Amino acid sequence: MYISLPQRGPRQKNGAPAARVSSVVVTLGVVSMLTDISSESVASILPLYITGALGLSTIAYGFIDGIYQGVSAIVRIGGGWASDRTDNPKWVAFFGYAASAATKVGLLFVSGFAGIASVIALDRLGKGVRTAPRDALITASSVPSNLGKSFGVHRMLDTIGAAGGPLLAFLILYFVPTGYHLVFIVSLGFAVVGVVILGLVVPAIRPRRQSAAAGEPRQPFRWRTLAEPRLRRLMLTAGILAVLTVGDGFIYLVLQDRSPFAAQWFPLLYVGTNVAFFIFAVPLGRLADRFGRARVFVLGHVALLGAYACAALPVGGAAVTVACLVLLGAFYAATDGVLAALASEATPPENRATGIAAAQTVVAIGRLVGSTAFGILWFAVGRELAVIIVAAALAAAIPALLVMVRPLARTAAA
Amino acid sequence: MTPRARLVTAVVLTVVLLGSTAAYAVSAIVGHQARQAIPAEAQTAAFDRQVATGRIVFRNTTADAAYGLVASVSADDPSGDRSVTDIACDRVYSEARSTMCLRIDRGVLTTFSANLLDTAGTVQRSWSLPGIPSRTRVSSDGERVAFTSFVTGEAYATVGFATATQISTIHGDDYGNLEDFALTIDGTPNTAADRNFWGVTFTSDPDVFYATAATGSKTWLVRGDLAARTLTSVRESVECPSLSPDETRIAFKKNISTTATAHWSIAVLDLTTNKETVMPDPRNIDDQIEWLDDSTLLYGLARDDQPGDSDVWSIPADGRGASALFIEHATSPSAVRP
Repeated sequence: MYISLPQRGPRQKNGAPAARVSSVVVTLGVVSMLTDISSESVASILPLYITGALGLSTIAYGFIDGIYQGVSAIVRIGGGWASDRTDNPKWVAFFGYAASAATKVGLLFVSGFAGIASVIALDRLGKGVRTAPRDALITASSVPSNLGKSFGVHRMLDTIGAAGGPLLAFLILYFVPTGYHLVFIVSLGFAVVGVVILGLVVPAIRPRRQSAAAGEPRQPFRWRTLAEPRLRRLMLTAGILAVLTVGDGFIYLVLQDRSPFAAQWFPLLYVGTNVAFFIFAVPLGRLADRFGRARVFVLGHVALLGAYACAALPVGGAAVTVACLVLLGAFYAATDGVLAALASEATPPENRATGIAAAQTVVAIGRLVGSTAFGILWFAVGRELAVIIVAAALAAAIPALLVMVRPLARTAAA
Repeated sequence: MTPRARLVTAVVLTVVLLGSTAAYAVSAIVGHQARQAIPAEAQTAAFDRQVATGRIVFRNTTADAAYGLVASVSADDPSGDRSVTDIACDRVYSEARSTMCLRIDRGVLTTFSANLLDTAGTVQRSWSLPGIPSRTRVSSDGERVAFTSFVTGEAYATVGFATATQISTIHGDDYGNLEDFALTIDGTPNTAADRNFWGVTFTSDPDVFYATAATGSKTWLVRGDLAARTLTSVRESVECPSLSPDETRIAFKKNISTTATAHWSIAVLDLTTNKETVMPDPRNIDDQIEWLDDSTLLYGLARDDQPGDSDVWSIPADGRGASALFIEHATSPSAVRP
């Protein structure tokens, strides 16, 4: 395993423009990877555990999940705010990671549906709290010219964990068919290691103090900066695109309906998307640094459009399914880390974590609205037509939004 | 601590933690394999001698080499000798001519399938499932099969659709997902986005079946017509129906909880009088009930102390008697009728 030297990160701030990705970013990526192995291994077998071992139904589970999404979005802003107020993103993120690790202990002892639901809720809260401070740390330990690549490296490691977790869990269940508790214990092991590395190795960077030391005027935290034109423009763009982003689950269902290949591998299609995501994360992050982050963010939705086209195509086969997963992965690689980089650019250091959280929350809520609306459209006009309608709207939105984000691209190049 | 000391500490802790996790996992796997090596107590017998009139077929959950295999006991002496087959299923339902076996095809790339077995236990038809197996039924003439699975591709991103139910015949006809049937609730066509269907039970009329429909937080007993491809609501708050052999009553699970967390009891609905009777078993029962005969119900119930183990219980269908342990270390029972 790669362990970085802690003192290097912040100093690179004044380094050469074509700087390498900071060791702090790589360490944060490793922490995220370990945490994702931990949480995704549990998430992938949880439905099996609930139905198979506990003899409960998962029907109510989907409903409760929707509520958590909302709670998580609010907590995310809270995490960003706490990070900015205290000027201590590391320890706010640490709290979030530690809370999620603690839930793995809880899983070993609860058995009722309510118990499991509250354990999952705590896990979600932890995830909500840690995301924005961690992204603020990534920004603080990168130079502006390679911000896209830095987020690319982090998301690559993060997604390797997300793809590896389910495989690890299923490997364990392959050896021990009822080994749910073994999965929870292994998951706990990975989570604790992630928390240890974060606590001991990642430096407690203080972005506000750091920028003050660099000669910039020291500013207190202000909510008002969230309404600044650049961030507002970014949130509006990201929000519109998010509403036109249909949940992956729908695309998988269309594929499954059409192709026996997709039907057989349906439960694992999301792993395929994650594999494509981690392969493209770094190249697309670098492209964003060179070609303009706002442009890559908007044009990344062309890959999503391609995925819709694959899904709406009247042919079905293994090749179409694989192409669809590759396009979905490329879409996430071009948008997920790049959004955090864009939000970082659009906010001053003293508000950065809150700004990142706000942008991510807008996207999360937008996608929830989009998926709900699409679900209704799906049953109103049928699968294929619903996909074609959303694809047409997205195709119209992309060029318009490219024009809208031009001011963002200009300042980024300056 | 200096940065260097922190780094060394982190490396040491990482090695120790991951090492002990790995060691624990290996010992758990070895322990499991040792249990698997325990010779099964039950005798092995040919599939066609087990799926036979007068026997109860079920999934065996004894912690030995026979774990997860299809097994059977005599309906007259359920606690007597059990025999096991060499076929593994996660959910099983047998009728004299056809058996449905829903399976988790375990591996690093785990998938799920529904399989139709003939009297010799040979796979005749196979379907890929979009998630964890849930319910399955075979019609009493062995001609039609139904199976329900959860849609579990994305564990965290369930967008309102949670189950997929399909009906097929053993001759190769597929009626497709019940979501594509026209649903009518209380006389009004329903096209809600979050419609879900599960738990089919067949009647002796080849076109007619019953199932559960759900939308919002409500569930209905629906009567389905395969030829017309329609589903029509019969009664609210009925899940996982199971028609009695004489076709006069439906046993089902009923959510009696007043909170968001479900608590299911068994109830029996008389189709002629519309009278509903709740069975006196206070435990939370999540299963599609099986009729042993016209007066006794069977159902599986997970053991609290041992994940993956369960027992089959019985209770009189008139609601006037207590439940009793019927078959230990068993789940997914079906009574094979002539």
